[in-house]
Amino acid sequence: MLYNEPSPLEVKVLTRRFGLPNSQSLDTYLASDGYKAFRKAVEMGPEKVLEELKVSNLRGRGGAGFPTGMKWGFVPRNSPKPKYVVVNADEGEPGTCKDRLLMENDPHQLLEGMLIAGFVVDAHVGYIYVRGEYRYVIEILDRAIAEAYERGYLGKNILGTGFDFDVYTHTGAGSYECGEESALLESLEGKRGVPRIRPPFPAVAGLYQCPTVLNNVESFSAVPAIIRDGGAAFAALGTPKNGGTRLFCISGHVNKPGVYELPMGFNLLRMINEVAGGVRGGKKLKAVIPGGSSCPVLKAEECDISMDFDSLAKAKSMLGSGGVIVMDEDTCMVKAALRIMRFYQHESCGWCIPCREGTLWLRKLLARVHEGGGTQSDVPLIGELAKNMLGRTFCPLGDAAAMPTIAFVEKFREEFEAHLNGAPCPFESKPVSA
Amino acid sequence: MTFSPELEAKFEKLLKSYPPGRQRSAVVPMLLYAQDELGSVTGELVEEVARRTGITPLEVNEVVSYYSMLSRQPRGKYHIQICTNISCLLTGGEELWEHACRKLGIGNKEVTPDGQFSLEEVECIGACSWAPALQVNYEFHHHMTPEKLDRLIDNLRKAV
Repeated sequence: MLYNEPSPLEVKVLTRRFGLPNSQSLDTYLASDGYKAFRKAVEMGPEKVLEELKVSNLRGRGGAGFPTGMKWGFVPRNSPKPKYVVVNADEGEPGTCKDRLLMENDPHQLLEGMLIAGFVVDAHVGYIYVRGEYRYVIEILDRAIAEAYERGYLGKNILGTGFDFDVYTHTGAGSYECGEESALLESLEGKRGVPRIRPPFPAVAGLYQCPTVLNNVESFSAVPAIIRDGGAAFAALGTPKNGGTRLFCISGHVNKPGVYELPMGFNLLRMINEVAGGVRGGKKLKAVIPGGSSCPVLKAEECDISMDFDSLAKAKSMLGSGGVIVMDEDTCMVKAALRIMRFYQHESCGWCIPCREGTLWLRKLLARVHEGGGTQSDVPLIGELAKNMLGRTFCPLGDAAAMPTIAFVEKFREEFEAHLNGAPCPFESKPVSA
Repeated sequence: MTFSPELEAKFEKLLKSYPPGRQRSAVVPMLLYAQDELGSVTGELVEEVARRTGITPLEVNEVVSYYSMLSRQPRGKYHIQICTNISCLLTGGEELWEHACRKLGIGNKEVTPDGQFSLEEVECIGACSWAPALQVNYEFHHHMTPEKLDRLIDNLRKAV
């Protein structure tokens, strides 16, 4: 299903089959180049596939933006241990709703990406870890997997290549933290989703302490197109070091919110105004969170920017998971910061004290300021507390909570100060519940 | 403990999905699928899952207390989960939540006296571009408004 109208400005690579009749089926997939990339990969051999991936400049679509080809290259192909392919489909970063679409509209594209990964690192088992809320997506995937087995695209001696590969879906049960790769692996092993200290990275010691290729749904889904049409063609769609397209999830105060596939490096203002129909109600743009709730907010005047990993990093924010959250002039930045902190406090697994305690106290401080009970010293205290969390936790959740908070306070200090000493929120009469 | 034939088949498939000796991996899916059938995670279920996966009930309990979708308390027949996270907040998710509480006369994680409805304020459910959004059990509802919510609840009531 598609939940919003496409935009004429889209460049459809991963979403090229979206909207085709029965796009979930193997027949539709085969009719539009399906499983050709796997055959080609087998002819090329693992080394050349890796090279092609590196040329493509595909960078991890889960949020970190690490080069996918390099990540696969870290897996010791000749290790005597079994190797695994794990798909991170625990989509949970607020503002992000693209992996759901990729799985429900084109499950075979994901399966083919997994097959190619398995072939490259000599893995024979793959798991798709899907967040528990996406039950219908698991059902779609299971049907696609069953169809692939029936027709010889999974199982033993796939397409006569001598390569064996099994795929299983695995449901999560409600946890943002399990979207972090090491916590996901713990969860997949049947434990609480607490992160592991790294190194060793999953490429060396992942699932069951065995070498593991672990990528986001969108990263795996990009692989068939890269192998089929060549890494150079994919790279050319984007900007230097940021190959291809990506699915941007535009939400918030725009006329046409939706998920749109656009080239890497697409200008953010153009994205808001031309793809998403501009700020709704003719209001002025105030701020944008460019890549999901953990990414530092951009002020309106910072939004004339190329949406790629490096440009966003240069602007001291992140491209993250592609969740573009647009806020108009009537949005209370204190309330936005508080709601985001409530989320991170709820999702902190409690393993690392700076995150567990830091998110709790930041939530309390932000709530106090928003309710009008804050004093002058609270504003710098919020910033300092957040800065003290940075880099002091096993996994990035602590940073994910601290970074947006620091940006909200630094960029909208006057709004925080307007809430102090009993002043009512300038944007509304009733306080947000803490 | 016995389950429906469908759930038994699911368990059998699950336990074969992981390498030999790694059956603990099936714990979270088993608990969630069983909860769908039983209505909650009972003490008896914890013992049973422990037995079938070869770990202790304590290890299963550690898992139960971690995951937000697993619940030891029975929920309503229709568990309404409303997202109020940032994208939904910006598009009326908070008003939707308050409206649902008033309409059903219950609060967060509470069940109506007839056991038909329960409410939960949830974190991002992955429907940000079609916000505000909610789920009734596993079913998504996008672009919600208080009026649409009224119709949804009234229709579910008729179905009861």
